[in-house]
Amino acid sequence: MSVTIETLEAMERPPVSMGSRLEGELLEVSMGPQHPSTHGVFRMNVALEGEIVRKLKPVFGYLHRNHEKIGENASYLGSMPYTDRLDYFCSMTNNWAYALSVEKLAGIEVPERAEYLRVILAELTRLQNHASLLGFLLNDMGAWGTPLMYAFREREKILDLFESLSGSRMMCDYMRFGGCRVDASPEWLAHAKKIVDRFPRFVDELEQLIVGNEVVIARTQNVGNVSPELAVSAGITGPMLRACGVNYDVRKVDGYGFYPRFKFRIPLGEHGDTYDRLMMRVLEMGESVGILKQAFEQVPTGPIINPKVKIRAFRPPVGEAYGRIEAPKGELGFYLISDGGTNPYRYRVRPPSFINLTILEDMCLGHTVADVMVILGSIDIVMGEVDR
Amino acid sequence: MEPIEQIKARIEAAVPGASIEILQNASPSQQHSLKIDNEHAHDVAKWLHDDPALRLDFCSNVTGVDWLDRTVKKMVKVKKVVDGEEKEVAETTEEKIPGYLEAVYHLYSMTHKHGPVIIRMRTADRAAGARLPSLTPIWRSAEFQEREIFDLYGIRFDGHPDLRRILMWDEFEDYPMRKDYREPDDYEYEPTPHDDVLERAKRYYTPRPQIDGAESIVEPLNG
Repeated sequence: MSVTIETLEAMERPPVSMGSRLEGELLEVSMGPQHPSTHGVFRMNVALEGEIVRKLKPVFGYLHRNHEKIGENASYLGSMPYTDRLDYFCSMTNNWAYALSVEKLAGIEVPERAEYLRVILAELTRLQNHASLLGFLLNDMGAWGTPLMYAFREREKILDLFESLSGSRMMCDYMRFGGCRVDASPEWLAHAKKIVDRFPRFVDELEQLIVGNEVVIARTQNVGNVSPELAVSAGITGPMLRACGVNYDVRKVDGYGFYPRFKFRIPLGEHGDTYDRLMMRVLEMGESVGILKQAFEQVPTGPIINPKVKIRAFRPPVGEAYGRIEAPKGELGFYLISDGGTNPYRYRVRPPSFINLTILEDMCLGHTVADVMVILGSIDIVMGEVDR
Repeated sequence: MEPIEQIKARIEAAVPGASIEILQNASPSQQHSLKIDNEHAHDVAKWLHDDPALRLDFCSNVTGVDWLDRTVKKMVKVKKVVDGEEKEVAETTEEKIPGYLEAVYHLYSMTHKHGPVIIRMRTADRAAGARLPSLTPIWRSAEFQEREIFDLYGIRFDGHPDLRRILMWDEFEDYPMRKDYREPDDYEYEPTPHDDVLERAKRYYTPRPQIDGAESIVEPLNG
């Protein structure tokens, strides 16, 4: 047995290279899941060099309850209230997307008045979603409280409308296959019209606050740029896609509902940065107000639900269908496979905010940690939909 | 958009050796799909993406479907000799169709604003290591969605850059969206020392006699 005695020189640590920069010193930080600006339980594993993001891996699933499995075990109608809980800001559009897919699967016609009511409610949803998103985004940037309360004041008016129509502020469960659940009274329509007529005042006020604000410009312009090629390849949809200058809106492309009857424009961005994504919401609110004003004038009287549709023990024919709509956050699709039974054989949600998160890392690389929060906020995610 | 038969013919002309099958959809939606073979899936997808007339640059929805093993009963008339006489007898035959996992892609074109073209790929069986080629190199939007299929259905996608579980936690073992999935009694069950300690305790201490048993440990008061 030999004994080696280490010399003092050998025991000395190798000299640390002191270059001009501290290269390769990456600090791993777990942002979230309990972080106020992740809008729910969402985690990002970030590798930082100083303050600069060099790697970012989103981690989610904290809110996962296997919505799709529950949908497969419930009847077709039974899933309708549960779609409210996907994106709990926009229950009306969730209902519509699901109803549209089932109507495609079973070939159900929708009466004219119901289509108009659906358009009205979807656009009201878009207004309140975009308003609250802008409030949250400004909140993330450090405008603590005030813009959010401004936005929520307007949002609450619209939620009051939803409550008086469907009985619930957020979990509306309003649409049915082949129409809507309850009719809107003339008083409701008049009241809604009054609120919509006043809405542009809020939009203009908010725009004035944002557009020229030095802090907003410094925090958002040239932050989180997305090229149109990447956006198309990554399946980005909604305002985030149009901020890159790609003209794609399912309302125009598919022309579902009665959208071809309305005159509206699609706002497009130029740079694909956070500022454009922010302004896209402001401009879309303006267009939604335009659609709503036309809809209030055109809405006809008549039945609100197709009487031929069997609500209970509803069995669509064997086959499959993929239906999609332009939800406020992007393209919301439902893919259904029917085996002829009362439950869908396969029930799949195509969640826009989940897929919009695909390029989060690409957007954040090279920016500071503080920018990550702004970029994440501008994607507009709701964890109920991401995790399902 | 051009009819699906024409797309099939053009794919077969452009990608030699690819076998494409049209799967009819009888429902009113009339969304028929193309079943593509796994060996040529990458080439076919690339062609669909690049072809100037189709230009399917937007892969909207990627999802998995689980089809269980099933038996199809058929009535077949067979000629048989019964009591020295040749007769036609109806017999039921059972045909076993093995189950498979399926990945479905809904493709649209943002350039030409048309769609959907639906393509499907099928695995050979429902084993845990079932493999399919990944289409993430062509459509980036499949990245998270293929991870989700891997997570919930257990299809492994060859060529995926980062195939990990996405919604369930990494230590989770089963695939919850499969039709034959059974929930565990306790999701986070881990063997604890408690059971060992209990076993040892049982060995060292004799159990107390039961009160209503033969030997009562309670002495009668007036005894």
